[in-house]
Parts: sequence; structure tokens; C-alpha cells
Amino acid sequence: MDPEPRKVDIPFAKIASRSAKPVTLEIDGHAVIAGEEDTVASAILLAGALPNRLSAVNGEPRVPYCMMGACFECLAEVDGVPERQTCLIPVRDGMRVRTVRGRER
Amino acid sequence: MGAGTADAIVIGGGLHGCSAAINMAGRGLSVIVIEKDFVGRHASSSNAGGVRTLGRDPREIPLALMSLDLWHAIDTIVGEDCGFDAGGQLRLAETEEDLETLKARAAGVRDLGYDHEEIIGTDELYEILPELRPGCVGALFCRRDGSANPLYAMRAYRRAVIAAGVALHEGTAATGAQRRDGAWHVATTGGDFQAPVLVNCAGAWADRVAAWTGDRVPMTAAAPSAMITSRVPPCLGPVVSSAARPLSLKQLENGTVLISGALRGVADRDANSAVIRLAPFAARAATVLDLFPAMAGAQVVRFWAGIEAITPDGSPVLGPGASEEGVFHAFGFNGHGFELGPGCGAVIAELVATGSTNTPIAGLEVGRFQSTGIGADASAYGAPEQEKGEGYAANQ
Amino acid sequence: MLDLAVIGAGPAGLAAAATAAALGLEVSLFDEQPWPGGQIHRGAERSSDASPGVDTERRAGRALLAAFRESGAGYRPRTFVWHVGPADDGLIELGLDADTDIALVTARHVLFATGSVERPMPVRGWTLPGVMTAGAAQSMLKASGVRPDGPVAMAGSGPLLYLCADQLATAGARIVALLDTTPAGRHLKALADFPGALRAPSYLLRGLKLLRAPARHGFPKYRRVEALEAIGDGQLKAVRWRQGGRWHEAECSHLLLHQGVLPHVNLPRLAGCDMAWNAEQHCWRPLSDGWGRSSIAGYWVAGDGAGIAGGAAAADFGHIAAFGIAADLGRLDATEAERKARPHRRALAPLLALRPFLDTLYRPANAFMLADDGTLACRCEEVTAGQIRQAVADGCHGVEAVKLYTRCGMGACQGRVCGATVPEVIASARGIPVPDAGLFRQRTPAKPLPLTQLAKLDPVLNPPLEEVG
Repeated sequence: MDPEPRKVDIPFAKIASRSAKPVTLEIDGHAVIAGEEDTVASAILLAGALPNRLSAVNGEPRVPYCMMGACFECLAEVDGVPERQTCLIPVRDGMRVRTVRGRER
Repeated sequence: MGAGTADAIVIGGGLHGCSAAINMAGRGLSVIVIEKDFVGRHASSSNAGGVRTLGRDPREIPLALMSLDLWHAIDTIVGEDCGFDAGGQLRLAETEEDLETLKARAAGVRDLGYDHEEIIGTDELYEILPELRPGCVGALFCRRDGSANPLYAMRAYRRAVIAAGVALHEGTAATGAQRRDGAWHVATTGGDFQAPVLVNCAGAWADRVAAWTGDRVPMTAAAPSAMITSRVPPCLGPVVSSAARPLSLKQLENGTVLISGALRGVADRDANSAVIRLAPFAARAATVLDLFPAMAGAQVVRFWAGIEAITPDGSPVLGPGASEEGVFHAFGFNGHGFELGPGCGAVIAELVATGSTNTPIAGLEVGRFQSTGIGADASAYGAPEQEKGEGYAANQ
Repeated sequence: MLDLAVIGAGPAGLAAAATAAALGLEVSLFDEQPWPGGQIHRGAERSSDASPGVDTERRAGRALLAAFRESGAGYRPRTFVWHVGPADDGLIELGLDADTDIALVTARHVLFATGSVERPMPVRGWTLPGVMTAGAAQSMLKASGVRPDGPVAMAGSGPLLYLCADQLATAGARIVALLDTTPAGRHLKALADFPGALRAPSYLLRGLKLLRAPARHGFPKYRRVEALEAIGDGQLKAVRWRQGGRWHEAECSHLLLHQGVLPHVNLPRLAGCDMAWNAEQHCWRPLSDGWGRSSIAGYWVAGDGAGIAGGAAAADFGHIAAFGIAADLGRLDATEAERKARPHRRALAPLLALRPFLDTLYRPANAFMLADDGTLACRCEEVTAGQIRQAVADGCHGVEAVKLYTRCGMGACQGRVCGATVPEVIASARGIPVPDAGLFRQRTPAKPLPLTQLAKLDPVLNPPLEEVG
């Protein structure tokens, strides 16, 4: 079995001015509270569930890069469907997200 | 010799042209290759990479078996393994009726003296393909078959061509050929070339080259197509086709899955364009998901189509020209020429150097079209169906 | 069947769809994003005109969005267009993937309003976690109110870099360095175009104010940065840069890169529209006329996707395209279309006059459009610039041959990120002009299409034959 990829710590902060209806989703088995204006990618970044994927050829840790649907680095499994572009998916209550770190081993 | 002169000129820098060139160079001939785009631009890089002796027209079997042996030693020929994987080629019997059809085929091939096509039962089938959905009853299997990567192969062949001292002229289109004073004079957009021997490996444009040499071939250009997925977890060993419906399915070394099988798009050989038709792709997708539910997470990353030559009887033209001296043909592969590449190149070089070949190629002569003008005799197993692409067994 | 399918919900698409609907066209707007506004107006609907930080541009975006919502135009968010191609009777077929649904629709006209993508900036270490585009940081701020925490370095050139720095600093980000890669001598070169820029004084003033952002916020700016490297093992730890021949280093958790934007041409290219090389902007753009007509009847382009001109210009181009399309459909006669387009053309004039100045000033340094041998040019397939140079040495003359040899451009992003780098590397290695190296062909699907979705089209495209009699 390949070992779980080493966690990557990239700090982000939510600034106070955004009001939002809270949304609870699950990322790699952990409950995460996000805002309804968040995409799954920003929820992943805020929750620190990184790296979300490993590069296809060399298995290097990768995280979202462009946040606009062009780079395909933000891929993660969403509700059972693998390799979704998470920066294009709004969070939803009860959504289940799995990054490469949450993959079944 | 002058830059425009050699022992042999090959028109067409695809797999077959490059293979013929390195084989002739290996026999000490000086060779010029004339390629109108770049090496491997068309069918050679857009095919599904099947290295298949399974299901061949009987006329092609000895050639295919000889070429398969070369694939098994491909790194000694071009210095790279070209992604060749001998995982076998397998034609599924989804129903008992399919199995009867395949058994008849296997028996017929054995009667011709070949034992490369075996019937396997459910135990071995599910051992080889654990991800196959339950209910299939057996398969026709060629253990030594497999697949390779056309892009790696073309890269390797191109390097080998240059390393062999062949004069490669890319971006150079042949515009005519005439035989004069014992030599072929080939006019191109990059100047004139001369050689006593002309080899026609011009793929979807080969009928035009053949016409310059006086050989009429009723060939058309078609657009065989395929799609490739993102990387998926390993689920396929052999290349899989089905007796029941069009399909060809293989998983490459890098985990991506290539899906094809009688997928014809629309070709325009003068515009160098080949466009897919979506409808058959949708059908193939449904077939793949039916047979291999584990592929439900796969994404199609690319559809493509190449430009390939189609002959009336579904088999290639291989051998000397019928009308003039010093001309040799290797074209018309109907979308299943990839496996034949190494072998055809060896046969062409043998023909050029010695005047004959030890590989039986009866039935592949260019002259077979000229008596009737339209088609050859029907094969021993019934009239070949129109779309005889890789992976569709039906009336074998 | 639609009169008009608009692809992209940025200012060009919103303007075109609203105007087309107002003229009575059957129009739908398809956008892959969950919310409308494109990049420039991200999150704009959710803010109010009184929200902090909302400026004239934001207010214009909100007005555009409101007009679109009221117009009656169809709107399909979270829908990506994976195919455009000819259908029967001269119509155009689009393949749509709306998450659970897949569909093929036909339209008489299609307007590509797909905006821009960041120009790639392939510096050493750019794939390390911690490195993102400045646009990504800006999107997260506008849409989700999220900012990078910890020390942030920013690098590149162009007004958007400074705008982003200003916005992030205002939101509380700790910027430790802004590394400006604009080469020496650019200001002098751009002087010739300065008179044109004077026709858009408010933009010039805004730009000048932005250039002072580092001073205002108190973070250091380094000019004429010649080289740049992201350092870290498994994630970003620091950025190194060379200035005046000397190397400097700063610890950072984030490195945000930006050196301008490029038209996002994947869809018009897929449709087969002719492309033209724009030497001033050093990029490819679809060939188009004054109305936005492409080289193929029925396909139109507007906004940054047709040529970089900014958000305000995009809206004007969108309106103009809608008038042109309506005229082609016979809903407006030619004179009326001209008349309606005129105020938009007037509004465009100063914006377009400003462009040459910005384009000359902010043309990225060659060093930053290329990559060194060990640096990845193609992130998806992990192909280095060195491998591309080797492919060229092996005889590959253009991007398509390099693609076949190296797999560069065959990954998921279909060249959206690497598409500008590869021809630069090839052209530099061969000593030819960049446009001669070509640009990637695009084929259906425009983005990876789930096999399960494709299979759903089987009964639609291959209906079972009916029993006879």
C-alpha cells in the first residue's frame, strides 16, 4: 500500500466582512464548516486538506493553482465522482469530498 | 551519390515507410524518405496501437505472425520498447452463440495450420479479466498479442531512420513519378529525386502514387477514430474486443484507457482533416461501462481521428507493382496496419534486395483489384463485411 | 433550437445575452462557473453597492448582472461546453455537460465570450504547493472572502498584479515582497504609445495610484527582477530572486505569480476558427471583424477572448456582437445595428487607445516567457522545457509534433496553462518567430468528459430501429 502523502500546510484566513449561510461538508472524513459562497476548492484550502492530489507522472504534491477552471490542479473526488474540478463546484450540505490523502488504502 | 539520388526512394514517412527504410538501409541500400508532413503524422500516430494477430484475414496471418515476433524484439530493431506490452488480445464471447462463432473461427484457423488463436473458458477468462462483468462465457485469445504506443513507436522509428543514415525529407510532398532509363524520377515540392526502386507507403494517398506507376487501386480514405481516457486504476491486461459488438479496449502503461473499435469519422485527405462522429463513440462508451463497471470513474480526455486507406476487401496491398519495374507497394491497411509495420518493412526490403520473400503474401498483390476493377475474391470465411476495423469479428 | 448560444458569463457574455434577449432573440447563456460575472465580477451579485471596496468597475458589473437577470435570457450555470461543431442545415451543435445532465443543443449563432487565462509564468519551483496565480488569490478574495495568511510574495508584471497586491494588503495580507519583472527600458519604449493612453485619463490615474500601492501599504517592491525561483521541499518555503546580478531571498508561505492575461481561445480553436497572431499583445487571438464575426459563419467572439481589452471594453464588444447577430438574423436592419453600436464604439475608443501603451509597457520579459531546462513547461504531463528542446533537436518543428513526442499539451488542461510556453521554447530553440511555432490544435471534448456522461448520449444518438410493419 502506498503511504499517505505528507500533509502540506498553506495558511489561509477568512476575513470577517463576508456574511454567509454556513454549510457543513465532509472532507477526508472530517466535518468542515464553509460558507454558501465557497467552492469546494476554497473549502479544501481553508481546511488545509492538502495536497488534494498528486501529479500524474511523478506523484508530486499539487494544490489548486488558478482557481478559475483552467489548470486542473484542484481535482478531488466529490460525492463519489473522482477528479472533479473543485473550484467550479459550490459547497453543499452533506457533500463528501475525498482528496488523495483521504483515499481508501 | 548526389543528394537527390539513392538506391531506393520511399514515399510516405509513416510506420510502414520508416520500417521499409530502416530494413533496406540494414541491407546496405542508400534510402531517401519523402514525407509530406512529418513522420507519423497520420494513421501511424492516430491508431489504437493494437499489436494483433487475432481475427486477421487468412491472407495476412503469416505476415502478422512474423511481424509479431519482431514486436517481441522491437528494442533490438529501433532501440526502444515503444511501450509494447504482450498482454494478449482477447475477443469476448458474451453469449453462447458468440462462443460458437468463435469456436468455428478457431477451428478454421487451425485447419489452415495456425494455432495462435485459442478458445478459453470462463475460469481462465475471469482470471485474466477479473473486472469483467459476470455472465460472459469464454473468449478467443492470442497470448502473444498485445499493444504498443503509436507515439513512442513513431518517435523510435524516426530516430532509427536518422541513425541508419536514411535521408529523411519531411515537409516535402511528392507530386509525380516517372520511370526513365531504368530509374524512377520522383518530383517533389523540395526538388527531384531518382532511384532505381520506388516504395509506395503513402497511406491514404497511396492510390495516387500507385497510379503514377500504372497500378490502379480502388482505395478510399476513411477516418478511423478513437478516444482516450484519463488515468484509471489498473483493470485491463489484454486488449479486449467482443464477438457481439464493435469494441476495442486497452489500458496503456500510463493507466489511460484507449477505446476504439469500428469508429469511423469523416476524412478529407486533401485538407489533411479527419473529424469524429459522436454517435458511435457514445455507443462504445455504453459498451465499455456495461462490460467493465470499474471504469465508471473514467473521463474521456480526447477524441481523435486519423486518415487511413480502405481497400475493397479489407486487406492491404503488399508486394511488387504490377505495371512497372522497380516499384513496391505497402499500403491499404484498413486501420489495422500498426502490428504489420515491422514485418512489412522486412518483407519490402527482402523483395527489393533479393526479388522474393520467404513470408507468404499471396492474396495481397496489387493486381488483385485490376481484373475486376472493384473487389477481390471473397475470403474463405464468407464475404468480408464493409467496416472491417479492429475489434469487430462478426463474419470471420 | 436557439437563435444564439452565448458561452461565458463575464461582462461580454452578460452584455450580449441581455441585449440579444431585449431584441427578442431566443438566447441562452452557458457558463461553467456556479455564479455569473466571470473573473472580473466574481462575487459581485452577492455584494451590495455599499459593500466596502466596491468601486466604479464593481458597480458597473452589478448593473450588468442585474440587466442580464431581468432580460429574460436563458441562463445555465455549472454547464460546460465540451463540443461545438457543424450540425445539419447550417446550424451549430453544442455538446453540454451540466453535471448530471448531458445534452446536445443546436443554435443558429454561437458567441464565444470565454475571457482570458493567465499568461503562464514557468519559474523554477512553480508547481510547489504555496505557489498560485495572483488571479487565484484575487478570485478567492472576491468570491469567498478568503485571503492568504502568513508571509506572501508576489511576482510578475502588469496592472493586475498591483491591483491584486492592493486588494490583498487592504484585506490584511502580509506582503513581504512585490517582485516586478518588467525589464529595464520598457517605460521608454512605451512613451511612443503614451499619447493614446492620455485619452483614458481615469484609467491612467487609477494605474498610477496602483503603482503606489507598495508605498501606501508599506511593503517592499523590487524592480527589474531578472530571475525568480520558488524554494521548498514538498511545499513553498521561500522565494529567491535576482536583481542587478545579485540574488536575494525571502521566506514566504505564498508566492503569487502574474504576468498578464491571454485570450482563452480553446473553444473558437475547437470550432475551427482562424487565429491571428497579435504582435502587440504577443498572443494568439481569433480572427474577427468589427462586429465580432469570426472566420466561420455563425461563430462570433467578444471580450478578452477576442483580444485583451479589459472588462469595460468587454461589455461594449458584447453589446456590439449582439447587434451584429440580430442584424444577421433579420431582427435589425443594417442601419439600425450601426446606430445602436455607435455609442458602444465611442465608449471603446479611449479604452482601445490605452491598450498599445499598456501592451508595450507590460510585455513580459523573454526570460519569463521561457523556462530553463529543468523547469516544467507542461504541469499536467510533467514535461520540462529541456524535454521540449530535446524534441526540437530531434526534429520536431512545431507544437503539434512536440505534443506527439513529449505528451506536452495532452493532459487535462488541454494547453490552457502550457499553451503559450511551448511555442516560446520551440521558437527560441529554432531561432524563428513565435507564431511560426504554431499553437495547439483543440479537439472535442473541450474539457474531459466523464465516460458515464458520454454513454448517456447513446440512446439519444443511436435510437433503436423501429420494427417495420
